[in-house]
Amino acid sequence: MFANILINGAITAGIYALLALGFSLIFGVAKIINLAHTAFYMLAAYFIFTFAYYLGLNAPLSATASIIITTAIGVGTYKLVIERIREHETAVLMITIALALVFQESILLAFGSHFRSAPGFISGHVELLGVSVSIQHILTFGVVLACLLGIWILLSKTKLGIAIRAVAQDREIANLVGINVGTMCLITTAIAVALAAVAGAMVAPIWTIQPHMWMRPLVVVLAVVVLGGLGSLKGSFVAAFILGYTVTLVVFLFPTVSFVKEAVALAIMVAVLLIRPEGLFGVAFEEERL
Amino acid sequence: MRRGLTALLIISLVAVTLIPGCQQGPAETIKIGVIGPMTFIQGEQHWYGAKMAADEINEAGGIVVGNVTMPIELVKIDSNEILSVPDAATAMEKAITVDKVDFLVGGFRTEAVLAMQDIACDNQKIFMGCGSASKEQCTRVAEDYDKYKYWFRVTPVNDELLVMNSFLMLDNVISTVRDELGIENVKIALVMEKAEVGDLIVAGCEHLIPAMGKNIELVGTFRPSPTATDVTAELSAVKASGAHVIMTYFSGPVGVVYAKQWGELEIPAASVGINVEAQKSGFWDATDGYGNYETTLNVYARIELTDKTIPFYDKFVAETGEFPTYTAGTYDALYILRDAIERAGTLDSDAVVIELEKTEYFGSAGRMMFTSTETGNPHDLMWGADYVTAIGTQWQDGELLCVWPPVDGSWNGVVYKGTVAYKLPPWVIDYWKAK
Repeated sequence: MFANILINGAITAGIYALLALGFSLIFGVAKIINLAHTAFYMLAAYFIFTFAYYLGLNAPLSATASIIITTAIGVGTYKLVIERIREHETAVLMITIALALVFQESILLAFGSHFRSAPGFISGHVELLGVSVSIQHILTFGVVLACLLGIWILLSKTKLGIAIRAVAQDREIANLVGINVGTMCLITTAIAVALAAVAGAMVAPIWTIQPHMWMRPLVVVLAVVVLGGLGSLKGSFVAAFILGYTVTLVVFLFPTVSFVKEAVALAIMVAVLLIRPEGLFGVAFEEERL
Repeated sequence: MRRGLTALLIISLVAVTLIPGCQQGPAETIKIGVIGPMTFIQGEQHWYGAKMAADEINEAGGIVVGNVTMPIELVKIDSNEILSVPDAATAMEKAITVDKVDFLVGGFRTEAVLAMQDIACDNQKIFMGCGSASKEQCTRVAEDYDKYKYWFRVTPVNDELLVMNSFLMLDNVISTVRDELGIENVKIALVMEKAEVGDLIVAGCEHLIPAMGKNIELVGTFRPSPTATDVTAELSAVKASGAHVIMTYFSGPVGVVYAKQWGELEIPAASVGINVEAQKSGFWDATDGYGNYETTLNVYARIELTDKTIPFYDKFVAETGEFPTYTAGTYDALYILRDAIERAGTLDSDAVVIELEKTEYFGSAGRMMFTSTETGNPHDLMWGADYVTAIGTQWQDGELLCVWPPVDGSWNGVVYKGTVAYKLPPWVIDYWKAK
């Protein structure tokens, strides 16, 4: 049972981390709580489905085209809607949830509520310590690590990353030293939406595609980023593991009530927040970020 | 001369207006409300089934009501019941008070159907259920006949019978495991979504499986959410439990996730039970083919339940591109209703109820009759070897085939033409033979 919990917990954590990464990034930099984040993940999944089944493209091409188009929609949405109200956090919350619902209803109109499947990059499974694990799950875990590494290099080793961090720390000072704050926020939005689309490309083949597929992951994403500390990439990664192992433990130790696995994970989040309201790696000062 | 022509014209117009035989207005119609979650496949199938029947009946002239022949006018009513029970109640109110339907067919989600049943019966409108399996809807008829007599269930059989049917299919799979794998002590795991009907089936299984004999063991019960997106942990736990057979109950989207991951991870246990998603034509693509060998209780397959089944099945597939599932039972419901109206010779609900109770109709799903008012659940669909049996279907290489009642006739001698033998998944055979 130990091997089962060890491996399944890590696999679940990998999916949670991938979904939460972009959400955490855009909050950390632009201070935008984007409740439409997982709706972009849904859009990406539907684009992949469309390209694969209607245009006959293979999985890598479908995923690439989907990531580009979803990112373009994300950037367009930011310029048209979010940028104007960026300073009003409540309005951003309302607008982004409304956007998610608009996306959902549009998909419902276009595709109906039928369950669809996105092509995976690779099929089949392997045995790890006697546990059956799909290769797509392992690939997803690898992509999480690659994305984390890529974001870390971008933010800590490049001029663009330094500019983004400067905006995150103090917008006014960043503006005074010649950094275009609006452009930095736009770039961050593009990266965050692209990460959501990557999540769509990796996770959609594991799960199923349907117009409400963004809701449940949104709860998981919120739990991960709040537990980890809003805007902390490191916190999100650690929190993803805590929640991933929690849900796996519930399934193995209390199988007759496995439907409460996510509720238990949320209860743990609440318990941690009662002790440490800013989350595990939440920051009191922006300089602490990263 | 001109005055004479004008007078003639006026007289003609008056005659056309006043003499019944000369009226050219639209013929009076029988309004039948088709109520269901219309943005979901369950509601779509309610509509497709009803529309096919209505078109056929209208092409044949309509329904003879006394001395008048009246065409059917269908009214599509979106209950949105999968997402909201209050929406369903509102939709039912609107259908009766605004659309002024004469009869209703449809309904899917139990909680919503209970609410809609109350509204229909309060308004003395006949409501023919084509989706919810809860026996409670019919025990209500026994408890308060005068109020609830307007309710009839056309499809599926009630939840207690679903459990019984599932056990008959399970028994068939256990026999195959014993015969082909040489395993005498068969271990069973339950993987059933957390839902009202699921609770009932789990309770039944936990009571009945230990009673099946010393050589059958229940090794675990797993209850994922109906909307769970990942059940790999549950499936890993099933494999770790050493189960040879998984008994399922899924009415929600988790059924697709389960089957896809079960096949991709090659969990070494045969899967049998109820998986509503596996009844649909889109299941194969939705699982990327990993749903191969998934076995589920069903109402339709391309077999001869009666001589009407295959023509109905083929026409349904040709017109919709989908396999008919149990909510397409609105097709039979409309014919049953037509016959009852014609026997009653009136649209009066009380008179039609009396005739519906006398129904014996050979429909696309089998010989259909309703339980009598002497039973504890009147107006329920009768089940048994001589009535509707329901069937077990298995996905075999992209085709949905009937595998129960067994092809060898071991269940009461019932064999439907087109039935094939149940197949164990090859990875299950390989795993246990290597042990």
